[in-house]
Amino acid sequence: MVAQEVEKEPEETVQPKTDFGPPHYEIMMHPIIKKNYGKWKYHEAVRPGVIKRVAESGDVLYVVRFGSPRLLSIYTIRDICDIADKYSDGYLRFTSRHNVEFFLTDPDKIEPLIQEVQEKLGFPCGGTRDTTNARYCLSNIIHTQGWVHCHTPATDASGIVKSVMDELYDYFVDYKLPAQCRISLACCANMCGAVHASDISMVGVHRKVPKIDDDAVRRTCEIPSTVAACPTGALKPDMKRKTVVLDKDKCMYCGNCYTMCPGMPIFDPENDGVAILVAGKVSDARYPPQLSKVVVPWLPNNPPRWPEVVQTVKKILETWATHAEKYERIAEWIHRIGWEKFFELTGLDFTEKLIDDYRRTPYIYASYRTSAAFRW
Amino acid sequence: MPVVDGVELPETPLLDELEKGPWPSFVKEIKRAAIEQEKAMKAGKKIKLPGSAKGLLKVLELAYKEKRTHWKHGGIVSVIGYGGGVIGRYCDLEDKVPEVWHFHTIRVNMPAGWFYTTKALRALCDAWEKWGSGLTNFHGSTGDIILLGTRTEHLQPMANALAYLDKFYGSPAPFDIGGSGSDLRTPSCCMGPSLCEFACYDTLKACYEFTMRYQNELHRPMWPYKFKIKCAGCPNDCIASKARADFAIIGTWKDEIQIDQEAVREYAKVIDIEEHVVKKCPTKAISWDGKELKIDNKNCIRCMHCINVMPKALKPGKERGATILIGGKAPFVDGAIIGWVAVPFIPENELIEKCCEILEAIWEWWDEEGKFRERVGELIWRKGMDEFLKVIGQKADVRMVYAPRNNPFIFWRELNP
Ligand code: HEM
Ligand code: HEM
Ligand code: HEM
Ligand code: HEM
Ligand code: SF4
Ligand code: SF4
Ligand code: SF4
Ligand code: SF4
Repeated sequence: MVAQEVEKEPEETVQPKTDFGPPHYEIMMHPIIKKNYGKWKYHEAVRPGVIKRVAESGDVLYVVRFGSPRLLSIYTIRDICDIADKYSDGYLRFTSRHNVEFFLTDPDKIEPLIQEVQEKLGFPCGGTRDTTNARYCLSNIIHTQGWVHCHTPATDASGIVKSVMDELYDYFVDYKLPAQCRISLACCANMCGAVHASDISMVGVHRKVPKIDDDAVRRTCEIPSTVAACPTGALKPDMKRKTVVLDKDKCMYCGNCYTMCPGMPIFDPENDGVAILVAGKVSDARYPPQLSKVVVPWLPNNPPRWPEVVQTVKKILETWATHAEKYERIAEWIHRIGWEKFFELTGLDFTEKLIDDYRRTPYIYASYRTSAAFRW
Repeated sequence: MPVVDGVELPETPLLDELEKGPWPSFVKEIKRAAIEQEKAMKAGKKIKLPGSAKGLLKVLELAYKEKRTHWKHGGIVSVIGYGGGVIGRYCDLEDKVPEVWHFHTIRVNMPAGWFYTTKALRALCDAWEKWGSGLTNFHGSTGDIILLGTRTEHLQPMANALAYLDKFYGSPAPFDIGGSGSDLRTPSCCMGPSLCEFACYDTLKACYEFTMRYQNELHRPMWPYKFKIKCAGCPNDCIASKARADFAIIGTWKDEIQIDQEAVREYAKVIDIEEHVVKKCPTKAISWDGKELKIDNKNCIRCMHCINVMPKALKPGKERGATILIGGKAPFVDGAIIGWVAVPFIPENELIEKCCEILEAIWEWWDEEGKFRERVGELIWRKGMDEFLKVIGQKADVRMVYAPRNNPFIFWRELNP
């Protein structure tokens, strides 16, 4: 057989280059943004999804925001580009919460743009706020990879997000909330997203210790590094049997060992699931930043649409939205009404699982009440 | 088998449920990639990873059926000259779905503020259509562009495609790879002065400077664990840096809030200033008599609420700068931490240089003292805030605490050397 000359691609013959860094941000900035950089005077909400920005120079820019599913095919990105070319002079930006924004100078183009995006992409316009009038849209859910791409998830990410946003769609496209509400999801307790300081978060949780397959451990794992990976010291080497042994009382089901050693899978279809946390925030506005608190320790994984999770999130959101005062985020609302009232109004169960017993946390006692000043 | 546009798709009854409903569907995205990829191939385009999006559909449908992931941890894969930026990913169904047996992620360093031109995005799309699955995340949670899924042998050509994206694909600039592993993660920032009048320093410039200055730290993991820098222009912290960054730079100011009384009176025509502003001020620093708004700036804690409500009338003061919060992280291992104050105020004109000094001091200390997988915040707990303050050359300040300690168990190290 004659050896075939495979033709090389240019990318395969070129000299690799390193450490040249990302494109400078000015290269791809809309000319009006570049011109008025650092010289914006004020902004105002035009309608849900549209913010008018006025510069000291008198220039005006309408920033129009659309929710995306985060996971995008390049074919959809090309469609997004077509729209940006047509309406936005070929410029666009993405937000930290997976929204895409176009820049318009002509307010008459806003409606046609929204129409065209809805038709061609199916992306809804919304996700902004009118702080002056205390009217807020729900923003997009920040989330992680889940079953689409990660090895340690206790639940999927995109599927739950899609299901929750389908249910809360009206809150995204309209001002229906009294204050900001950030929802986020992480598919395991590593929490790649900022879910530990969100108004409502969903977190994938494992509940069973990893299943040690001694044979697979022997074949595929380096025992010292597996033992070292365990943050709680739950693993000990068993040198005689060339495997590891696990202390069930110390394990926090984090899956770190599985990352090092495929011989001890952590996933468990019937026992993995989703915990719900509430009342986190990061801005300083009115009330200091807060960590989110667990209010539902576990809900089952029920794909494709996770009805239990969707209904719980909706219940919390709607209870808060009906009872909160203007500008009162979930943390502030609960601070005013008390946790007693929160559990009463939402109908969620308070159980022993919600009392902190994670001893590694140095401020474990900080959440214990030290007064008898109760609401009944 | 369903056939769309002449392309056969796998049966995915569970995923199909997620095509329904008003919110944009990620399942539609994967299907679209599957269909268009095959059409592009039939049309003679070069596609190195045929059937990959289709493969993902199969794997994901199975995950939905079995309620478990089918991805395995990657082991080390990388590109020449880099230790991070690529996340190895293999499927445990290699015999059943060989198309996605390898499905590695490439993290691409986004431009500060996530500003793009369509030319750049199209170039990225063309390169990724050829060398990968055609699937992306815009963006990953750290901020990078995520290119989702390719084979080991395509990593280097794709990295080269990015490095020469201007030459080969007509992008206005090439793209570099982002961080992963125990290295500096891709720094990110809010849109700051590019679009937001609240910005108290230039977040994009700071982010870009850190990224460029620390290319080595970003690309070659050599620390105990990861380190994140995020730049927020004001205490609203739109990028959640307090919760997500080991080193959060939060813009703020020291002098008086700037007031345009005329504009306040305009707002008074549409909103009840007493209800929306005065009552909501956490320190009761505002008064309004129907004509003039007064702020007791000695009492104001610069929380942003009043400015958020009346952006035409109020502005942060002129003596601007930033607060550094240290140690923010997710719960793993020792519980979640919101970053706490390490430096109360650095004036705007010294900010970048001063931050670099502090960063380098922290990294040196952490490198020496940190244990495997110990974030900086956890190291500070272990070694003590007093030692940390020495490391960064910072004096204690009452603004670092809500209240002084409530125990007298003070370590008098200087008396007990
Ligand atoms: C920074 C916040 C606070 C300050 C500065 C403060 C200050 C004080 C002071 C000076 C006293 C008088 C102590 C004495 O003469 O023996 C006191 C008593 C008291 N404080 Fe506070 N307090 C604060 C927060 C609170 C909070 C949050 C609560 C309840 C949740 C509270 C409940 C009480 C009670 C019940 C007493 C009476 C104690 C007694 O009679 O022995 N305080 N507080
Ligand atoms: C033991 C701890 C952790 C492990 C083993 C871990 C592992 C991973 C893996 C494998 C991925 C890639 C997922 C994929 O694309 O396939 C990932 C992504 C990521 N991780 Fe972690 N992680 C850990 C902790 C954390 C923590 C504590 C944070 C944040 C403070 C974090 C932030 C991120 C972010 C932002 C991403 C990108 C996620 C996205 O946008 O999809 N990780 N992590
Ligand atoms: C001029 C532009 C902007 C203004 C005036 C603004 C205003 C605000 C305000 C007022 C808050 C605090 C809300 C509260 O706690 O009541 C906030 C928080 C936030 N903003 Fe912005 N924002 C702007 C741009 C953005 C952009 C571009 C993004 C992201 C793409 C963003 C994302 C966020 C997020 C995620 C938070 C939540 C922080 C938290 O969880 O507490 N903002 N912003
Ligand atoms: C992290 C910060 C804060 C902590 C730890 C805290 C703690 C407390 C505690 C323990 C109480 C007693 C009532 C209860 O048990 O629910 C209380 C009451 C109260 N706090 Fe705070 N507080 C904080 C921040 C604030 C802020 C920022 C405000 C105002 C903007 C505020 C306003 C109030 C008010 C008005 C009450 C009385 C509520 C009532 O009993 O109806 N607090 N706080
Ligand atoms: S949150 Fe956990 S499961 Fe999800 S992407 Fe991050 S590491 Fe993977
Ligand atoms: S799951 Fe986590 S805590 Fe449990 S043995 Fe593995 S590494 Fe240790
Ligand atoms: S953090 Fe502050 S400066 Fe930055 S975009 Fe948000 S409101 Fe503007
Ligand atoms: S910034 Fe906050 S603390 Fe200061 S006056 Fe305004 S509302 Fe009050």
